[in-house]
Amino acid sequence: MANIISDETIEYVGILAKLELSDEEKEQAKKDMGEMLDYIDQLNELDTTGVEPMSHVFPVQNVFREDEVTNGDGSEDTLANAPLMRDGGFEVPKTII
Amino acid sequence: MSLMSLTAVELGKRIQNKEVTAVDATRAALAAIAAREKAVGSFVTVDAEGAPARAEQIQKKIDAGELTSPLAGVPVAIKDNMCTKGMKTTCSSKILFDFIPTFTAEAVRNLEKAGAVIIGKTNMDEFAMGSTTETSAYGVTKNPWNTGHVPGGSSGGSCAAVAAEECSYALGSDTGGSIRQPSSFCGVTGIKPTYGTVSRYGLIAYGSSLDQIGPIAKDVTDCATILEIISSHDSKDSTSVKREDTNFTEALVDDVKGMKIGIPRDYLGEGLNAEVKEAVLAAAKELEKKGAVVEEFDLGLVEYAIPAYYVIACAEASSNLARFDGVKYGYRTADYDGLHQMYKKSRSEGFGAEVKRRIMLGSFVLSSGYYDAYYLKALRVKALIKKAFDEAFAKYDVILGPAAPTTAPKLGASLSDPIQMYLGDIYTISVNLAGLPGISLPCGMDSQGLPIGLQLIGDCFQEKHIIRAAYAFEQTRDYKHSPTAMQDEKGA
Amino acid sequence: MSKEYETVIGLEVHVELATKTKIFCGCSTAFGGAPNTHTCPVCTGMPGSLPVLNKKVVEYAAAVGLATNCTINQNCKFDRKNYFYPDNPQNYQISQLYEPICRNGYVEIETADGGTKKIGIHEIHMEEDAGKLVHDDWEDVSVVDFNRSGVPLIEIVSEPDMRSADEVIAYLEKLRLIIQYLGASDCKLNEGSMRADVNISVREAGASEFGTRTEMKNLNSFRAISHAIEGEKNRQIDLIESGEKVIQETRRWDDTKESSHAMRSKEDAQDYRYFPEPDLVPIRISDEWLEEIRSRQPEFRSEKLVRYEKEYEIPRYDAEIITNSKHLADLFEETVAICGKPKKVSNWLMVETMRLLKEHEMEPEDLRFSAEHLAALVNLADAGTINSTVAKEVFEQMFAEDIDPEKYVEEHGLKTVNDEGALRATIEQVIKDNPQSVEDYHNGKEKAIGFLVGQTMKAMKGKANPGMVNQILKELL
Repeated sequence: MANIISDETIEYVGILAKLELSDEEKEQAKKDMGEMLDYIDQLNELDTTGVEPMSHVFPVQNVFREDEVTNGDGSEDTLANAPLMRDGGFEVPKTII
Repeated sequence: MSLMSLTAVELGKRIQNKEVTAVDATRAALAAIAAREKAVGSFVTVDAEGAPARAEQIQKKIDAGELTSPLAGVPVAIKDNMCTKGMKTTCSSKILFDFIPTFTAEAVRNLEKAGAVIIGKTNMDEFAMGSTTETSAYGVTKNPWNTGHVPGGSSGGSCAAVAAEECSYALGSDTGGSIRQPSSFCGVTGIKPTYGTVSRYGLIAYGSSLDQIGPIAKDVTDCATILEIISSHDSKDSTSVKREDTNFTEALVDDVKGMKIGIPRDYLGEGLNAEVKEAVLAAAKELEKKGAVVEEFDLGLVEYAIPAYYVIACAEASSNLARFDGVKYGYRTADYDGLHQMYKKSRSEGFGAEVKRRIMLGSFVLSSGYYDAYYLKALRVKALIKKAFDEAFAKYDVILGPAAPTTAPKLGASLSDPIQMYLGDIYTISVNLAGLPGISLPCGMDSQGLPIGLQLIGDCFQEKHIIRAAYAFEQTRDYKHSPTAMQDEKGA
Repeated sequence: MSKEYETVIGLEVHVELATKTKIFCGCSTAFGGAPNTHTCPVCTGMPGSLPVLNKKVVEYAAAVGLATNCTINQNCKFDRKNYFYPDNPQNYQISQLYEPICRNGYVEIETADGGTKKIGIHEIHMEEDAGKLVHDDWEDVSVVDFNRSGVPLIEIVSEPDMRSADEVIAYLEKLRLIIQYLGASDCKLNEGSMRADVNISVREAGASEFGTRTEMKNLNSFRAISHAIEGEKNRQIDLIESGEKVIQETRRWDDTKESSHAMRSKEDAQDYRYFPEPDLVPIRISDEWLEEIRSRQPEFRSEKLVRYEKEYEIPRYDAEIITNSKHLADLFEETVAICGKPKKVSNWLMVETMRLLKEHEMEPEDLRFSAEHLAALVNLADAGTINSTVAKEVFEQMFAEDIDPEKYVEEHGLKTVNDEGALRATIEQVIKDNPQSVEDYHNGKEKAIGFLVGQTMKAMKGKANPGMVNQILKELL
């Protein structure tokens, strides 16, 4: 396996992705990610010099809305699925300490 | 014969002709679900109470002459990644175990306007990540042809429900083959339309630049009819394309004279099951007999589509799935100490292994120092793949090949080796990268009695070419049997 | 001992645009409203929702770019900036990194020595604002309100061209004025419609390399900005002089403690994994569209200054004060359009308006009276319908409540009394009641007449025509 994924990398990606893996899952993730990256490294066989990265397949441009209010009070729908609610908002653990 | 053995269009006709009512049709679907669901497991949610009530409302409108759509009153199943107002939508994930959308996906709304009766939400690979419908948090869906096998995925629930005749037709979504591959495994017909043809508004995103909703049904006529109804230019989806040519049923013509069909040699090589190859080439022969000009050619780049796809889809997914954090909806872990632990525990407990695997990979390829090497590289390869198709479509009207390298594998056989599972999408994935339309329809059975799927690929916005070719091929075969019909025959 | 240090400052200024709706959905941007009432699936990150760009945002951003001498990127795109925070409903912010709408601009500021200096603008990009977190006082919880989530912002990123707090404030005032003139935002620091994050580093005077910079957040007033710059400069110099290193980090300014602290956290990797937003298509600003935006640019301050002197013939100093606020300039021009008399209108703005603004610690943008009412007041005073004392009193009412001066004067009977008979009777009574003053006057104390005028005005409740009172008094005495 050409790509060796370190514990630090898995830890770091876990922070980025907000995933907490068990030790067993971490080992599996290291193996899976290494194998996938080896597989993805095949792409380096292709010479892509001068090729423009393509994020949209079609050349559609300029899709806009006009600046007109179309929505009314959406609070009931917005909060309908809230796991925890307080004072008309979503309750979360305190964000400043 | 059950009303569920009829195609959607045939059933719709009988309803319009007042031979049966929408309520009869809905009850027939619910009865089929009650009888077969235990063996097949196509659904996450069945709306046994709401559906007959809606059918009654729709019947009133049909009686009043207000609903004349060919599918008015016909029962449909919706893949559980499309939002349905007031009906639980889980993406087959624990993280959305109790999520009830407050709006309905545009494609589903288009069906509702045409008088469709939604009977329930179908099982899928969690967040559409998988090819077997085994990664669902709500149990495995089984292949109605042989319940020891998978139905394919990720729209496995929708395809199994159609094959098991638990509904007349279904909607699926296709990011890398998720309509075409399970359609192939389940012996049904499914279309992945050109990117932008069906609104993605209300489709819970996996890979936004690749996702597309499409129809799954018994035959080509049904699929063309459904696609005509669900496609629309939606001002709520910026990637929605304004098209004038969505009268797809016009292409239901048994005539392929002079149609140029190319078979990529790259699709017939190593890894392709011999029986599948034989059936696919036999299908090409049938089209040739009808006057199509068929030849083999080299498409190229086929092996690079999967790695490019996984970089792009996982990167987008890592971002799209960030919103599931236990704050606004869905699952929140019971015990936590502080914000970040709440995030991590909710997400780690809420997502399954395959979803976590893809989020981790996607986060990694976008992270500082890797973006150019992985993400931009993949976007460049995508451009090359698109170019290869452009060149092919300069010569051919339709590209023909298998939908999958094999027929449906046994349950549990794919999950242990992710790359092997990913390889199963080799013929479907590049179509998503290039935004093309593709159809999968049955073209035979293997020696185990499992269906084989034929894939036809068209150039952008050329659904009519593939519908026409598929329809012409379909006329050469008898599709009137389904696995349930077979069981009935055996029983008789 | 102490070496000479230079402070190098760059700014990231966020400005909330004055659109009616949010950047990607049709929700109102109006301030206030109960929590989460101005929300929909799009601005709360509901699964399945998709963004659609508000055209006005592009036009405002391009207009600001043109006014700050930027090159407009006619092929711009949106990107996703990925980070988890509860005020960020999708846990990514739609912003622009790779192809921002404006690049390579500058604004000119006046420096302390009376010269000018160009402050470079690296880029301007469009993005969405976050929601608001309200922290519970008693429990360890915060509450998220998405009313502000999705309000359009532009972020104006300067080059590290500023060297002092004074330059920073001059730059901000200049930006604010330009944006207010464009009507693109009201730019209120205290309400958060203009926010500045300050990047600061120090280096030995004459050094060519920049020092390590820190980013200061949560600066809600010019005072906070200058205090934070001073504090951070000293903190960095102390670190360097004691042989320690400045760490590149984000710091939060605490206005009450007058100090900052690092916002570092292991969970906060600052690796935003930007990638092109797949849900939005690229923006192509054609030459025609750009020309249309350019043609709609308003008359800016420098042009107004010239015109005010020429067309209205008001002093340069007055013109400078009036044009230093878009609202004041609009008020002036609209009032003059109604009543003419530019010098008189200018006087009301320069003297009484400025005095009351200062007294109430208000900004010109906070003025509530209309041009119609100011014009009416100018006309009443000019025609002698009310005297100057009454006019000032009416103005104060107008300043406080935007009353209609004509109605107010009518209702309170404040019209100047010009009736000679009535005046004569009153003055006769005043002379009778104040024999001492009359005697003083006759003994050569000219000033005594002032007292008698005052008494007459008092008896007439201030409404007497002062000229006539003087004349009649002299005659009767």
